[in-house]
Amino acid sequence: MNISLMVNGEQVEADVLPRTHLVDFLREQLGLTGTHLGCEHGVCGACTLRLDGVIVRGCLVLAVQADGGVVETIEGLSDSGEIADLQAAFIARNALQCGFCTPAMLIAAQDLLQHGGVPSREAIREHLSGNYCRCTGYQAIVDAVETTAQAREASR
Amino acid sequence: MSLSPADLPNSYIGRSVPRPHLARLTQGRGLYVSDLSLPRMVHVAFVRSPYAHAEITRIDAQAARAMPGVVRIVTGEELAAFCTPWVGVLAHLKGLKSAPQHPMAIGRVRWQGEPVIAVLAASRAQAEDAAERIEIDFSELPPVVDVMAALDPARPVIHAELGDNLAFERRLEAGEVDAAFARSDAIVEKTFTFARHTGVTLEARSIVADWNAGEQRLTVHLGSQAPHMMQNIIALHLGLAEPQVRILCQDVGGSFGIKVHVYADDMAVAALARMLARPVKYVGDRLESFVADIHARDHVVHAKIGVSNDGVIQAFEIDDLTGIGPYSVYPRTSAVEANQVVNLVGGPYACPNYRARTRVVFQNKAVMSQYRGVGHPIATSVTEGLVDLAARRIGMDPVQIRRRNLVADNAYPCASASGLKFEALSHHASLDKLLAMMDYPALRAEQAALRARGIHRGIGFASFIEITNPGPAFYGVGGARISAQDGAAVRLDSTGAVICQTSITEQGQGSGAIIAQVVATAMGVAIENVRVILGDTDNTPYGGGTWASRGAGIGGEAAWQAGRALRDNVLKLAGTILQAVPETLDIVAGAVVDADGGTERMRLSELARIAYFRPDTLPPDFQSELMATRHYVPRQYPFAFTNGIQASYLEVDTDTGFVRLLRHWVVEDCGTIINPQLVDEQIRGGVVQGLGAALFEHCQYDDQGQMINANMADYLVPMAGEMPDIDVAHVVSPTLESALGAKGAGEAGTAGAAACVSNAVNDALAPFGVEITEIPLVPELILRALGRA
Repeated sequence: MNISLMVNGEQVEADVLPRTHLVDFLREQLGLTGTHLGCEHGVCGACTLRLDGVIVRGCLVLAVQADGGVVETIEGLSDSGEIADLQAAFIARNALQCGFCTPAMLIAAQDLLQHGGVPSREAIREHLSGNYCRCTGYQAIVDAVETTAQAREASR
Repeated sequence: MSLSPADLPNSYIGRSVPRPHLARLTQGRGLYVSDLSLPRMVHVAFVRSPYAHAEITRIDAQAARAMPGVVRIVTGEELAAFCTPWVGVLAHLKGLKSAPQHPMAIGRVRWQGEPVIAVLAASRAQAEDAAERIEIDFSELPPVVDVMAALDPARPVIHAELGDNLAFERRLEAGEVDAAFARSDAIVEKTFTFARHTGVTLEARSIVADWNAGEQRLTVHLGSQAPHMMQNIIALHLGLAEPQVRILCQDVGGSFGIKVHVYADDMAVAALARMLARPVKYVGDRLESFVADIHARDHVVHAKIGVSNDGVIQAFEIDDLTGIGPYSVYPRTSAVEANQVVNLVGGPYACPNYRARTRVVFQNKAVMSQYRGVGHPIATSVTEGLVDLAARRIGMDPVQIRRRNLVADNAYPCASASGLKFEALSHHASLDKLLAMMDYPALRAEQAALRARGIHRGIGFASFIEITNPGPAFYGVGGARISAQDGAAVRLDSTGAVICQTSITEQGQGSGAIIAQVVATAMGVAIENVRVILGDTDNTPYGGGTWASRGAGIGGEAAWQAGRALRDNVLKLAGTILQAVPETLDIVAGAVVDADGGTERMRLSELARIAYFRPDTLPPDFQSELMATRHYVPRQYPFAFTNGIQASYLEVDTDTGFVRLLRHWVVEDCGTIINPQLVDEQIRGGVVQGLGAALFEHCQYDDQGQMINANMADYLVPMAGEMPDIDVAHVVSPTLESALGAKGAGEAGTAGAAACVSNAVNDALAPFGVEITEIPLVPELILRALGRA
């Protein structure tokens, strides 16, 4: 099937099989390998990306469902600078070890931060509970998100 | 001589320098094996056994061969011509036996998930489509599932040629155990049960193997912790010379010991690449990871402690039984964890009387082998569980019994009852620090106040020791070609930039960062000017890799020595250029300076320019050497032991059985700390993996050997919302064997986490007279213990 969508600000026309998941389309057809696959059944959150401004599991959405939509991946969010402060906070706090969960974790965290204010640590933990990290134990991630929220609030 | 690098000017040792590769990973610009695509690459999907134990009676792949995109369908018999079988035994684990294992089953399957047929196609989806069309007839055999049943003569023998299902047995007797129990005032005897769990690396195991017939070389991109070990093994079993195999381990999506082993499917992919003479890619999907990755633990330990009324521990005794699946895993074997349990029980305590037995049995489940902590969580849970229960019997506080029995901080060097040699540990200093951090009296007061209101909170402790920096005693003496030594090659390039090639690997621990810190400090240059190359058998010195908490202590020391050697070479050159005595010069911030006074004499870039481009200006008999290589292996002690103590504060809901973790504290002593932030994060990550084992993680099998929760929704791992903040502090007792003095820190968190949670749960439930000695502590287990299920 032919689909037409906006990916990281670029118009993309593609021919996809109806069964192709959005994440497989992004990784295999567009070479956007920053979105990862951890479980392929919607649990681990490693394939989290933005579709029409909302975070979704790339392994639970079909590419054809993104037809006419706007997709943003870690590559796009990095290039635009939208999450540069959050990325810097992750680096400063060593909030990633192997880094496999990180692109999705950043996108999920940015989703929370976009609501504004400084969420409590409990709220941060709750919001990120759909994104598994096997390396860090989460505390450094919570710290980095909290620090970013405070900095954004202070500069508001 | 032991230097004190932290005192050197310009030192990065002891500083939380950010890791150099992180920006790339936060931007989605990592390159994991699962991201790789090569020209002419084909994808493989494995048809895996749906049965735990069965004969393969018929295979019909006719319909599958006609499916779109299919390149080849290969059976175990066909692949056997390209890969010889292996046997996972080591000579120093006396009596350990196992059977030859092939990359794919031949004739008989012995666990649910064993690879049977490989389907190669243009895409993974097409390979899976074709795999569904393959018909295999199996004749089911009765499986051996439960560890207790494995030695029952009425149960089948999994490998008839081995005679029985007992893979390994070890006994140990130290001191006067019977007399010690006889004089004990209280004896506690319990059975501790540890469920099977697994690593769940977020990137499943992935491999791309590429046989280049023109070069007669196999290049293997593999998420592995031990590239040179894999080079040896793939070459050996594919009938190649080692130089014909190159292993590349770049970005690895989680490892934790899961990715240090030889897997049947990885060997199959390497052999298939040779067979097809083109790149073959395999990425485990999550469902197959649960039955194809190694599992861990699966121990039942009958254990006993004797204590006198004054709190002195008189004796420990354990009888451990563990199930390892149908094969001992190659080449590190599946007996090491059991062996460690025997070695480690009672380790923190000054008690000479100890009797132990372990038995390792075959069963028709996924293979079991070394995963983060290897034996430590079992030994710590048993030891610390017994110590707490003994204290309870004699009415003593858990802190007091530890004070009384932990090996004194001034008793070193000394040895444990099992013969482990300790250079310098700090149990008492660690305990003191921990109690101050957690404000123990205040917590006890809070616990008592809440208990009056029907809120049940518990405090649990776990002292532990950790094996780090292993020398050849681990594997080399048993005949495995797994390097105990690591190497580093450091060179100064023509612009004054420093490049270090190291044989240790990176899976997120921060190996690259600490090597850069060590080299920058040894050389006297800014860390920004140091680039670290690792994970490539073509481009690094030969070495062991990163496992068993050895990267910093062994690989870091090699890098230190290489950096100091290059520094000496640079100063020799500088002396020649400047007509100065090298000993009067130093390198600070990338410049040669006068050692006395620090006046800058020349930049390293200028020195390198002369060396590389104008050597004609140097004396004719002088040859500069701007690359230095050093290797290191500890020799005095077979292992560098570390120690620490953890505490957990939690709340048990006695109506639902849920455990809520409130706080967790760790004091740990890994010697010299190269990067405090990285050490703390290793501790925290390790603790959380231990907490997963304590509360959630369990590979559940039915009585037919089917893993019934082999998916991410049903196999629970810790999530952000359930985990507590973890306070980490340190006592520093450097090893005097090396100049850096660094020991390992990768497994300390995992070693003690489950033990202190179990003790805290039992502390919370003390008013109910409940003593649980099983993990994971799921709500059903707690309610059953409370008589409420």
